[in-house]
This record gives sequence, C-alpha cells and structure tokens, in this order.
Amino acid sequence: MNEPRVRLQNAAMYYDALTVLGQPNFPMAQNEKIMNQPMVRFENVTKRYGALTVLDKLNLDISRNERVSIIGPSGSGKTTVLRMLMTLERINDGVIWVNGEPLTHMQRSGRMVPANNRHLRRVRGQIGMVFQHFNLFPHMTALQNCMEAPVSVLGLSKPEAEARAADLLDMVGLGEKKNHFPIQLSGGQKQRVAIARALAMRPKVMLFDEVTSALDPELVGEVLNVIRKLGAEFDLTMLMVTHQMGFAKEFSNRVCFFYGGKIAEQGSPDQLFGDPQNERTRQFLSAVLEAK
Amino acid sequence: MTIWDWSYVWEALPYLSLGAIVTVEATLFGFAIASILGLVFALIRQSRNRYVSTAMAEVVEFIRSTPLLLQVFFIYFVGPEFGMFIPAWIAGVGMLGVHYAAYCSECYRAGIETVDGGQWEACTALNLSPQRSWRAIILPQAIPPIAPALGNYFVGMFKDTPILAAIAIPEMLQRAKNFGGENYRYIEAITMVGFFYLVFSLVASAIVQAVSFWLNRRYHLQ
Repeated sequence: MNEPRVRLQNAAMYYDALTVLGQPNFPMAQNEKIMNQPMVRFENVTKRYGALTVLDKLNLDISRNERVSIIGPSGSGKTTVLRMLMTLERINDGVIWVNGEPLTHMQRSGRMVPANNRHLRRVRGQIGMVFQHFNLFPHMTALQNCMEAPVSVLGLSKPEAEARAADLLDMVGLGEKKNHFPIQLSGGQKQRVAIARALAMRPKVMLFDEVTSALDPELVGEVLNVIRKLGAEFDLTMLMVTHQMGFAKEFSNRVCFFYGGKIAEQGSPDQLFGDPQNERTRQFLSAVLEAK
Repeated sequence: MTIWDWSYVWEALPYLSLGAIVTVEATLFGFAIASILGLVFALIRQSRNRYVSTAMAEVVEFIRSTPLLLQVFFIYFVGPEFGMFIPAWIAGVGMLGVHYAAYCSECYRAGIETVDGGQWEACTALNLSPQRSWRAIILPQAIPPIAPALGNYFVGMFKDTPILAAIAIPEMLQRAKNFGGENYRYIEAITMVGFFYLVFSLVASAIVQAVSFWLNRRYHLQ
C-alpha cells in the first residue's frame, strides 16, 4: 500500500531536461537560470476593487516545490492572491511571474505589455486550482470530469486520458466511484475528485482555496490526507489558503499571515505559530485557537 | 338547416389537411430557425465587447416590441421596393423564426445566467478554450432547465402561424375561411381547424415535457 508511487511530475521533468540537454549548443547557463528562478513571483502586485485596495504592492516569492500556507482574517486578500495567480482576476499593477516567465505580461518588441488571452492560456497551463465549492461539472461523471481537459486541452486520446484519470481517482481513493456523478458523492469525495481533476493536467503549481471550508467536519480529514499524499508523491509547488491551522503547521514550509492586503508576517510554521512577532498575528492566532 | 352536417366535414377534410401540412411545416421550420438563431443571439449578447452586446440587446428589444404581422409585411411588401424579392413562404417562415428567436434568446440568456459562476472558474483553471467551455460545460447545464420555456414558444409559434395567411400562404385557418366562404357554411371547417389546433398543441406540450425530462436526466440535473 505504501509503495512509493511513480513520481509523474518528476519523470516528466526529467524527460524534458534530457531532450533539452540532448540538443547541441543549448545554453546550459540559461537552463540553470530558469531552474534557480522562484516558481512563482509576485512583484509589487496591486489589486483594487473600485476604491478598495485588496492587495497593496504584494511581493512574494515561492520556490520550486515549496508549500506555502496563507492565513489571515476574512477580507485580508488571501483568496485574491490565488485568484490572481489563476488569472481569475486581473491585477491593477505589478507583475506575476511563473517559472521565470511573466504571466500577467508579455514581451512585445522589447516592452512588457499586458498579456493577451493566448499568452495567459499558455502560461497558466502550469497552474492547477482546487476550489472551496468544488466546482465539479455536475453533468459529467467523476471520470469524465477528470478527462475533459486532458482530452480537449492537452489533446490526449480518450484511452490515454481515461487511464490517467482512473489512476488519479485511484490515488485519491475513489477508484470505485469513478462512474458516479457529483450529486451522488459526499463533499469530501467531490473535493477529492476536484483534486484529481486538477492533477490530470499535470500542473507544476497547485492552488488550494479553502478546500475544506465547505465540508462537514468529519470529511475534512480525508481531503487533507489526499493533500498530504500529494506532498509525498508529487513534485508540486503548493499554495494554500486555509483555516486549518494544525494542517498549515504540519504541512507547509512557510506560513504567510495576511492582514489588510499585505503580508503582515511570514516565516516557518514553528516560528509563526510558536513565536509570532506581529501583534496582529498574535491576536488572530489567539482568536482562532480560542474558537477551537 | 342542421347545426352540424357531416357531409361538409368529409368534403372539407382533404382541403384542410393540405393546410394542416403547411401549418405544421411552418411551425417546424420556424422553430428550427428560432431555437438556433435565438441561441446565436444569446451568445452574441454575452460578448465581452460592450458595444456588441448592447447592440444585440437593442435588436432583440426592437424585434420583441413590434408586431409579428408588421414585420412580415415589412419583409414581404416593403422589401421589393428596395429590390428584395423574397418568396412568401421564405419571408413568412423566416420572419416567424426571427421573431421567436428574439423571445428564445431571452430564454437562453436566463438559462446561461443561472449556471454557477464557479463553472466558468473551473473552465479557466482547467484551461478550456472559451468555445469548449460553452459547448461542453455551460450550455449542457443552461439548456435543459429552460426546455419547457422554449417548448411554450414552440406551441405559441404554432398558434401564430395564421399570420402567414396575410401574405397569401394557404395555411389551415385561411383554407377554413375560404371553404366557408365558398359554401356559405363555416361551422364545420372552423371547428375542425380549432380541433386540430387543440390536438396539436396538446401533443406538442406532451413532447416538450418528455424532451425536457429526458434532457434533465441525460445531463443529471436532478
């Protein structure tokens, strides 16, 4: 049961590296440079809704395979960070970089201009997202949910996509339920299908937006277990907005506390939860822990 | 003089049934146009370009705010003054379709707007193209719930077909009137036509219900 699973992501990247290196005259230095880039970089990113500034000059680097948790009171802009990275929201200022390449902008005759749809589609292909309310396609089975994008976007054949989807549904423990429709699944099962669906696109970055907030308490564990498994078996950069402080502490490499559209404090889980420096962080943590 | 004379019924039957065929054909062709063009209108209406969507909304509003009969007259009688000679059948059925397309487009719009915004977000997150998102994700959820409303327009359009008589298309009611006029005897022909409208409407309603039930089941929308 606990046999290490094939590192899909790793294998694919290894293969990419081989093909690239196999080409003569490939500039090694450039490859090195890309590998040393942060996986995601927010550079002075500002987001406003009318007069309200939701995020104010956000600067945040996330390294390859890092797991970052974002916590903070509601309205602090934490979900907006994920939504901007998924291109569900346009930003008002700054640049977001993914894997060393600008996401929100593109080069045109030497100048950075706002990205067009084609550019957005290409770059955001490296990012997958899981939503608070699952957003499964209700008219498709679990399997079809996981096959739709690999077939229509990546161009996989139906059997290939089906094998991939079935594999991932097995991985999240829903191999038996693959022909069920979302309405026939519990909240925890729906969320696990949603995770499998995102993984079927082989993203390099996974975004989790309060993925357990809409679940009954007894179903939270099964979803968190799947995320733990991803951490163990895939090479993924993960960025999660969460209210599960215990999970954030156990699972992430870094925790960012957002307050009023800024990162008020960030650090290792031990440091942030054990010895918070910022007064706001202390207030927030004591309020959250008291409620438990 | 008897109130009801069966001999008139048998005499009128073949003559009226030709009209019934015209009526049914006009309804089917007209509705095919209305349901497809209505969807096109609704999709244009959803365009991100504000000018395009506003222009579409205005066109729909315009079509809905003027009588069908006037629109048919305009195409058939005013058109030739500008060199547009359109056969009566095409002008009539086409205008019937366009008129009802405006109503159907509002229906489609309601269906599209009830699809949860999270579905669009999932489409973006999975990088589906806009075309694929519409075709595979949004419309299969938007259309089944509005099938009954579209069906109402189907029946409504059927009952509007006598308007075609105004541009000399020999549909059923027109034939009944002619038959009555020739024989100085209206009751049988008009009653028969009324009976046919009733039967057709009831059958059509039943079909609409069956189709919408099937659609909702097919797409597992409870």
